[in-house]
Order: sequence, then structure tokens, then C-alpha cells
Amino acid sequence: MLKKMNDSGKVDASSHEEEAESLALVPETSEGPQELQEVEDTGRYELSAEFGSTLRLPEGVDVDPGDIDIEFSDEKMIINMGPQHPSTHGVLRLMMELDGEVILRTKPVVGYLHTGMEKTAEGLTFLQGPTNVTRMDYLSPFHNELVFSMATEQLLGLELPDRASWIRTLMCELNRCTSHLMWMATNGMDLGSSSMMIYGFREREMILAFFEKVTGLRMNHNYIRPGGVAADLPDGWEDDVLAILETIPGRLDEYDELLTGQPIFRERVDNVGIITAEQAIALSATGPILRSTGFAWDLRRDMPYLNYDQVEFDVIVGSIGDCFDRYSVRLNEIRESLRIIAQVVEKMPAGDYKIQDKKVTPPPRVRIDESMEALIHHFKIYTEGFKVPEGEVYVAVESPRGEIGCYMVSDGSAKPYRMHIRGPSFVNLQTLPTMLRGGIIADAVAAISSVDPVMGEVDR
Amino acid sequence: MNTSEVLHVERSNYLATVTELKNQGYEMCVDVAGVDYLTHPGRELPEGVVPGRYEVVVNLLSLGNRSRVRIRVQVPEDDPTIETLFFLYPGSEAMEREVYDLVGIRFQNHPDLTRILMPEGWEGHPLRKDYSMGAVPIQFKSVNGAG
Repeated sequence: MLKKMNDSGKVDASSHEEEAESLALVPETSEGPQELQEVEDTGRYELSAEFGSTLRLPEGVDVDPGDIDIEFSDEKMIINMGPQHPSTHGVLRLMMELDGEVILRTKPVVGYLHTGMEKTAEGLTFLQGPTNVTRMDYLSPFHNELVFSMATEQLLGLELPDRASWIRTLMCELNRCTSHLMWMATNGMDLGSSSMMIYGFREREMILAFFEKVTGLRMNHNYIRPGGVAADLPDGWEDDVLAILETIPGRLDEYDELLTGQPIFRERVDNVGIITAEQAIALSATGPILRSTGFAWDLRRDMPYLNYDQVEFDVIVGSIGDCFDRYSVRLNEIRESLRIIAQVVEKMPAGDYKIQDKKVTPPPRVRIDESMEALIHHFKIYTEGFKVPEGEVYVAVESPRGEIGCYMVSDGSAKPYRMHIRGPSFVNLQTLPTMLRGGIIADAVAAISSVDPVMGEVDR
Repeated sequence: MNTSEVLHVERSNYLATVTELKNQGYEMCVDVAGVDYLTHPGRELPEGVVPGRYEVVVNLLSLGNRSRVRIRVQVPEDDPTIETLFFLYPGSEAMEREVYDLVGIRFQNHPDLTRILMPEGWEGHPLRKDYSMGAVPIQFKSVNGAG
């Protein structure tokens, strides 16, 4: 297949003319199947590349094709897991080559939830953009909105008011808690602890209630917008946050009792799905997966944005990069997030919650009733949007799953010329073949769960 | 904060430059993105860079130095191919497949250049600017007899 690719690369110039004629529609695509192929159907050269691609092992690139034994064994079979499997967290499909019970090669097949959100973004103004991106990673909507807004602001050259920045910090950290709690819940469910499932959702719901109070919605808030946030925090928000801060730590200790010390749980996660720091870095994995290997990398600390340089927190790292490390990294990150939230409550300054720049900020609701100019302004900003200067920018923030990045190109109009989201789950998912290799199929569910993929963001 | 150096690299120098950057300590290939500049040809580029229709944008991250570098490579319309980074950064494999799938840039020597988000056998590359969004006519007025 590799050879074919080169050939088609050479003849591409002639085939391109036909392509242009039919408006970039090629009559037939010949790139081959996305699924994992039988080892017997795969040539030696291709397999050596596959050690890198399908297995995606960093050392695979040095494999000499002659060294690969293609064993013709009756024991081997390729099975398909998903996309409807309940433990695949949505519509993830894994093709696995098994030798008896042992997993040899794995290939994640994604795209079942692809809705063309990057294309959609090109048709929406910068003001409408957050509504779109917030639906990508539906478990951490604030981080999606944040990265989109920060990219827009960087193109506009805006400086945020202090309070807006602190409100964003608060909401993002609460969101990290909900996302990790949700993960604790589903991970518990995957490993057979259905009580953990209920507990995780219960705690998450408590924070979601606060989100609803602030933004009006439990999920997909469209709260963080270019120029600040949509609305100020409601009166009495401190009490709600303090109630969260009082309740959750005790509950986390309960989780410790329920899971951390429990032999049945430990049996399922200890030494399962191991990945080393070198492998994680080579495979571009970020977030809890990278940290679980013992490599301390957290954009909040290492490339601070918002107000993270003004709060104290620790970066949690694991030791050997197995499922248990990823569990404990996430559990303790909730504690660190709560620590940050407590500091944010203390430090929250008074002031504007959005920038007072008429170009990007709609007028306040009350002004519309009394001023014709405000009404016109409001109408124009919502129908036409605001123009963003030409340029391109890449902004990255630390989402609960790792580095979420936004590469934005503006051509000077009110809509992004190109908006690309670097999805952490999409990249982290590619570590699965490495994690699963040599393990048994019963451990696959634990490893998939420990990656914490959100398919909405993998497929976008 | 999120500042990063931008390098404009010739397509012929692309692999050599990235290799050198990797040796300089950029251990991680964070992102590979493709842009189709069909309807925005007059973008600002430094002198000497010949604009192509496509651009491949690669983000490298140095974990040790805490710095980023962004590489922009012009890819001409009549030959949308570029070398793969797979042998330097195995993690770029899926991202390059995504760029191939959505923008239609072929990565030479890529081990498994198949579509990743779109179904097999899909025609065209959706993020190209000449790829029609398509529209479905919707009747907004009420149907006779109802409502």
C-alpha cells in the first residue's frame, strides 16, 4: 500500500486537473480500507511501517523488515470492538488482533461522530463561534470556549479586564472537576463499580447546578466569549462555590476508601496499560496520560495563561504510567482544582466581566430599552459580527484531557477563515495500541477508559 | 503565555528543518494542520516566500525549554504533497491522516495514508474552499391545513 501511495503521489499532477474540473471531487477514492488488515495480507515492508503506524510504537520505525516474523497461526484472529460497545465511551471502534487472549495489534477507527465542526466554524461569526466549539468536547465545554476566545482575542489584540479573567479561571477549574468526576464515574462503571458511577454523577450534578445558575445551561454554555464572559456571576455565588468546596473533599475521601484501597479495583488497574514517558512524548500524548508516566507537564504551570501564575497548585504526576496512575492523577487533580478554586474565591476582584470595547462587546440589555444607538449597535453586532484583523495564531490551554489548541486564521472578515482545533482526545487515543499491546483483552476496557476519550472531540 | 516563533520553510527544506529542530530539543509534534488559501491569496507573508494554495502548519513543542515553534510550509496547488513527519514524530501519524482526509494534502512515505474522519470512499476533501457546503431547502411557512 505504501508503494501505491508513492505512485499516486507522482501522478497526482495529472489527476489533479480532473479533480479541479469536478470541483475537487475525485471520482473514486483509492486510499484503501481504514480497518486493520490480517497480518497475512500485509507485506513485510508494510508491516514494518505498521509497527509504527498501526501499533504506533516509537521504536517501530527502526524495525528492519527482514526481522519481522509473519507467523501463520490459526490462533490469531482480528476482532472488532465497538462502535456500539458500551465501554467505548461513545462510538469508538477498535480493531484488535488477538493471539488467544493476548492483544497483538490494535487500531482505533474513528470518525463515526464527525460532523464537520471545523467547516461549520468557517460559516459562523467570531461571536457565534463559541456556540459551535463548546459542543466538541462536551465534558469540558468551558475549555473549548476559552481556547477559541483566547485565539480571537489574540488576533484582536485585546487585554481582558481582571475580573473576566478570574471568572474564566474559576469556571475552567470547576469544569476540570466535573470532567474528572464524570471520568471517575464512567471508569468505575467500566470496572464494575456501579456505586462509583452514581456517586460521580451526584457530585458532578452539584457543580453543574452552579453552572446552570451562572450560565443558564448545564452543558454547552457559550459563556466564555471573545472579550470576556457572557454575564457576571450571580449574587451569592461565593456561597455556592464554598458549599462545593466543603462537600467535595469529603466525597473524594470516600472514593479513596471505595476504590483506591480496594483489592478488586487495584487488581483491575495495577500494571495495566503501561506507557512510558518516551512513548507518550513521541506519540504527542498530553494531559493525565503524560503526567501519569512521571513527566510533569502542565500548561497551567509551564506556559501560564489566565491567572494560573497567581495561584498555588501542584502538578500531580504518576510513576509508571499504568491505569492506576492515571486514576490517581485525575483523583488528585480534582483536589488541586478545589485548591485553586478556593484561592480564586478569595482573590476575585470587582470590575467588568467583559471588555468595554464597543467593537466586540454588545451593549448591556438595559441600554437597549432607552437608546436607539444601543439598539442599532446590538443589532449590527449580532447580525454582522465584528471584524478581526488578518493573521494566524495558535493558542493552547490545558483541558482536563490535555492540550487543547486552536489554530485560527483570519482574513480580516467577521468569520474565521480557518479554525482548527487540536483535540487532546484525538491525539491521546493514538496511544491505545501501545498501551494494549501484550495485555489481555479483559484489560482492554480498563485501558480504554483510562485514556478518557470524548468522541465528540475526537471526531469533531 | 502562548507565544510561539513562526518559521516559513521551503517544502524542499521541510524535513531537514524539522529534523534540526527536533535535535534542538523540540521533542513533541503537537499539531499538524492544513489550510486552503484558495479564496484568500493575498495573505501577508515574509519576503521571498512564494504563496501556494495550501499551507501545512506544524506546531512543535519543547518540553524542556517550554517553548513552541510553528512551521508554515507552502504547498502548491498542482502538487499537493509533502514529506511525512512520521519517522521523526510517530504521534503525527493520525494528525497527518486528518489533514489528508480533510484538506487533501498527500504525505509522502506515510505508512497508512487513509481517511480517518470521513468514511472510506468519500469523494473530495471537505475543508477545501472549493468544496461546497451544500444546502437543504427548508420550507419555513406552514403547510396548508397544519398550524
